[in-house]
Amino acid sequence: MTQAFRIENGGLINREKKLSFKFNGKTYFGYEGDTLASALLANGVHLVGRSFKYHRPRGFFGAGVDEPYAVVQLYRNGETEPNIKATEQELFEGLEAKSVNCWPSVNFDIGAINNFLRIFLPAGFYYKTFMWPKSFWYRIYEPFIRKAAGLGVASTKHDNERYEHKYEYCDLLIAGSGPSGLAGAYAAAKNGAKVILAEDKPRFGGSLLTSDVNIGNQSGKDWADGIVAELKTMPNVVVKNRSQIFGYYDHNMLVMSEKVSDHLPSTKKYHPNKRLWYIRAKEVLISSGSIERPIVFGNNDTPGVMLSSAAKEYLKVYGVLVGRKPLVFTNNDSGYETAIEFKKHGVDPVVLDSRENPVSEIIDEAKNLGINIKNSYVVVAAQGYKKVKSADIASISENKKQLGKIENVQCDCICVSGFWTPTIHLASQSGNKTKFKEEIDAFVPGQSKQNEITLGAANGVFSLEETLKTSFTAGSELSKKITENDNKIAIPNVVEKKSSQHDKFWCVPLPKGKNYKRFLDFQNDVAVSDIEIALREGYRSIEHVKRYTTLGMATDQGKTSNLNGLQLVSEIENKVVPAVGHTTFRPPYTPVSIGAIVGREVGKHSKPTRKSPMHSWHEKNNAVFVDAGVWLRPRYYRRGNENLFEGSKREAKNVRTNVGVCDVTTLGKIDIKGPDAAELLNRVYTNAWLKLPVGKARYGVMLREDGIVMDDGTTTRISENHYHMTTTTAQAANVLSHLEYYLQLVWPELNVNVVSTTEQWAGAAIAGPKSRDLLQKLFPNSDVSNEGLPFMGYMEGDLFGVKARIYRISFSGELAYEVNVESDYGNFMWEKIIEVGEEFNIQPYGTEALSTLRIEMGHVAGSELDGRTIPFDNALEGLVSKKKDFIGKRSLQRSAFIAEDRQRIVGVVPLDKQTSIPEGSHLVKDDKAPLPNPKLGHISASCWSVEYDNPFSLAILKDGKNMIGQKLFAMSPLKNKVIPVEIVSSHYVDPKGERVRS
Amino acid sequence: MLYINCPHCGMRSQNEFSYGGDASVKRPELNKEVSDQEWDDFVYNRKSLRGKHLELWQHVSGCRQWIKVERDTATHEIFRTFKADEEVA
Ligand SMILES: [Zn+2]
Repeated sequence: MTQAFRIENGGLINREKKLSFKFNGKTYFGYEGDTLASALLANGVHLVGRSFKYHRPRGFFGAGVDEPYAVVQLYRNGETEPNIKATEQELFEGLEAKSVNCWPSVNFDIGAINNFLRIFLPAGFYYKTFMWPKSFWYRIYEPFIRKAAGLGVASTKHDNERYEHKYEYCDLLIAGSGPSGLAGAYAAAKNGAKVILAEDKPRFGGSLLTSDVNIGNQSGKDWADGIVAELKTMPNVVVKNRSQIFGYYDHNMLVMSEKVSDHLPSTKKYHPNKRLWYIRAKEVLISSGSIERPIVFGNNDTPGVMLSSAAKEYLKVYGVLVGRKPLVFTNNDSGYETAIEFKKHGVDPVVLDSRENPVSEIIDEAKNLGINIKNSYVVVAAQGYKKVKSADIASISENKKQLGKIENVQCDCICVSGFWTPTIHLASQSGNKTKFKEEIDAFVPGQSKQNEITLGAANGVFSLEETLKTSFTAGSELSKKITENDNKIAIPNVVEKKSSQHDKFWCVPLPKGKNYKRFLDFQNDVAVSDIEIALREGYRSIEHVKRYTTLGMATDQGKTSNLNGLQLVSEIENKVVPAVGHTTFRPPYTPVSIGAIVGREVGKHSKPTRKSPMHSWHEKNNAVFVDAGVWLRPRYYRRGNENLFEGSKREAKNVRTNVGVCDVTTLGKIDIKGPDAAELLNRVYTNAWLKLPVGKARYGVMLREDGIVMDDGTTTRISENHYHMTTTTAQAANVLSHLEYYLQLVWPELNVNVVSTTEQWAGAAIAGPKSRDLLQKLFPNSDVSNEGLPFMGYMEGDLFGVKARIYRISFSGELAYEVNVESDYGNFMWEKIIEVGEEFNIQPYGTEALSTLRIEMGHVAGSELDGRTIPFDNALEGLVSKKKDFIGKRSLQRSAFIAEDRQRIVGVVPLDKQTSIPEGSHLVKDDKAPLPNPKLGHISASCWSVEYDNPFSLAILKDGKNMIGQKLFAMSPLKNKVIPVEIVSSHYVDPKGERVRS
Repeated sequence: MLYINCPHCGMRSQNEFSYGGDASVKRPELNKEVSDQEWDDFVYNRKSLRGKHLELWQHVSGCRQWIKVERDTATHEIFRTFKADEEVA
């Protein structure tokens, strides 16, 4: 394939490096430095897709981020990515892309029938038609719409690319490397400020790459290259291309997406695909430039109709002619710049200018070059289906209402310029209330809201001289505030051509008897007639018009359509544009990959993983792990082909008959010190703590101020003013914050210090009738007899030379101890326990057996302390002091909390003693009652009782106190189960608690 | 993301802090008779102001101190920050 539309010389591409690529299965060639768009245009390919609603043929409209049409499905290195703008995607060897929105192909599209049926597809069509009958939505409408419309296909494969997040701080962040950004960066950098300069395109320079200007006796581009080269050598400056600042958030936090690898055939080893920068800037200079806006005319969506600035960019940057018979349609001087470029390359354009008699240097130059200029002329409609073949043109009256006689002229492209729209998105996102500037028919930033300043074209200033002057000054002033340096910079001389006033004209009237579609939003297919319908149907607010018609809601976010839409609404409503107001600009400015937003927090990195010091032992001994908050805990230790049920039953049974050991390192631990420590405990726990002797532990329950149980655990008095508190694994962080809250804010007079020691101690629970025998062998020099270390007693011991803390506490309900050593000795402790315990038939047990043991004992845990229960509900009212005050006590007087039939924990056994009851099942009186069947309670935890060898569950049941002996039904619609059950005491095993004291 | 001036540590990003609600709420003293209304006001009733609001934040991933932050709930502007025991004038 030849690149028939590539000019001989010129452009900024590297002609030494030819690249091959595929589009819709066909192979083409381009050059390094091309975008997919410029390479396709060089090959004369203008048809790239189909539109969203009518499936009309779509070509290229822009040359960058504003592109509404040329959205493709990209294939790269075995991966695929949807919704890539061909105008932004850089060409690489072997690139493959396909059209989207086409079914079955771009040249023959079934959905295009919508184009002929478009009379039935006006604004709000989706809302009106697809709403009824409701049952049709999932079966018929949605599948059809999804197949016929939609933008590309997301990959269902695992994304092997890597995405990074980076946090950065700087004095001055600059969005955009056009003249304003470069001048601001240079001045600030010279003052020693820490500067980040971000450019979304691969090349720096912005408008200087395509404009015919002179700065300090150099061309604009050479001046820009010189500045960028110097900035790159400065240690206080970060210069980033391919980096789009897409969001301006609170307190001068901006977020930037850097495309690190998208321009390469594959991502380099250890490199990310994209990097998301969170930048906290002291000052922000928004130099994001402006985007040319179209003039609306008939069939203005035909491939070959494009922005005049895009045609110029394709020619000057990429050496590509978008046509050989161009028609330039303009209401200002910019169109002439494009026409002059065409003429310089031997192509004869025709310029239609809506103005009657404009006079300026640029127009004179065009005239001198012999360019055919028609004043007071407009394009009425483009003709041609898949490509522009000709244009209907006509003269227009001074009031822009009457068209003259229609003539048809041959052309192969129509380059349109309706003047410039400042890119105010970032300023608006910062909270800046924008204002309408009459002279340019567009909004510009108003009073700065955060530490931001907008300069140059983004501020509606289109004179290069003024832009450079204000930007150099701003760069100096902003940096001077921060660095206190004041290096004067000479502002270079500027040679530019003066422009004449643009024409306030944006939409060509329809000729009599013609009903051409005149598009405002090219991606969402919103036409002038759609806006008219919305207004006729009573929509007034621009936000409502937007949502009803979908104007500006496509992936280009209305970059080329918003202002023309506003003009139309204001005209029909007979209001001025600022009174209509614009819709809110929200981040992101341009679509950002989900991968970049997620960053490295995927898979096992989505949360931290905490492991106990004994983790490797568990691994070596066939532990099957379970996530317990951020901890990994052994669920059971598999032997042979055992499943969870068999393994946990074996482990639990061994605790009841011999002795087991469980890793309890994950329990939250808080060290509490100070003369008022006992007073603090007395206030946060519901029971009394002032008289706990040294060397004793006590079980405690703490409430929130609303009376709901927050957590439970044991706290031990280590010495006079020193306590060791334990919390549940899940609540460890909350309990610490809770204590700090009361100590710092409510009772600062208490002299107490609290600190988390969860990670400082490794813990092993030794439980079972043989646990004391084992303990005696582990601590031969300590008296661990029932007298020496009674229930709820504490002592320090010597574990083969390692200092250990021994607590006689029990969660399993058996005779049990908890041994703690410093974390580094955790594995040593564990191995010693296993080794010495061998003669007592010790087995390690996991969280599943631990649950079984506590459930059949009726000990409550997280499934009962679920943020909805008070002490009474958990049969813990015996621990609620009547004498002293404590956090949450006053709430326990609420009428619902003291109701006669208050819910309470009970035990539940299936009548057949066989069927396990799913957790979450509801308890009901009558399993045949009509729905909604009144719920009496729910199953909070279930196990297989190893003591009785049948299923056993705990439940929170209304009036549970008086329900013992009742027969109910446990219903689980989710598992389709109805199980007849009997209510029993929650203390199923050892109701008197004799074992723990034995 | 907010930028909060911890009176102990300096300017830090919001992701180091956790929110703690209305700082103007005063817990009734212990062992004092409290009416239902008074207690409900303390536990549940909040003004949910639009505008200047004094609120609590804890620097959980920093110094672990609870601090008071005067913030505009509509614009997110932060006016002043205070240590836990500082009087707010
Ligand atoms: Zn701090």
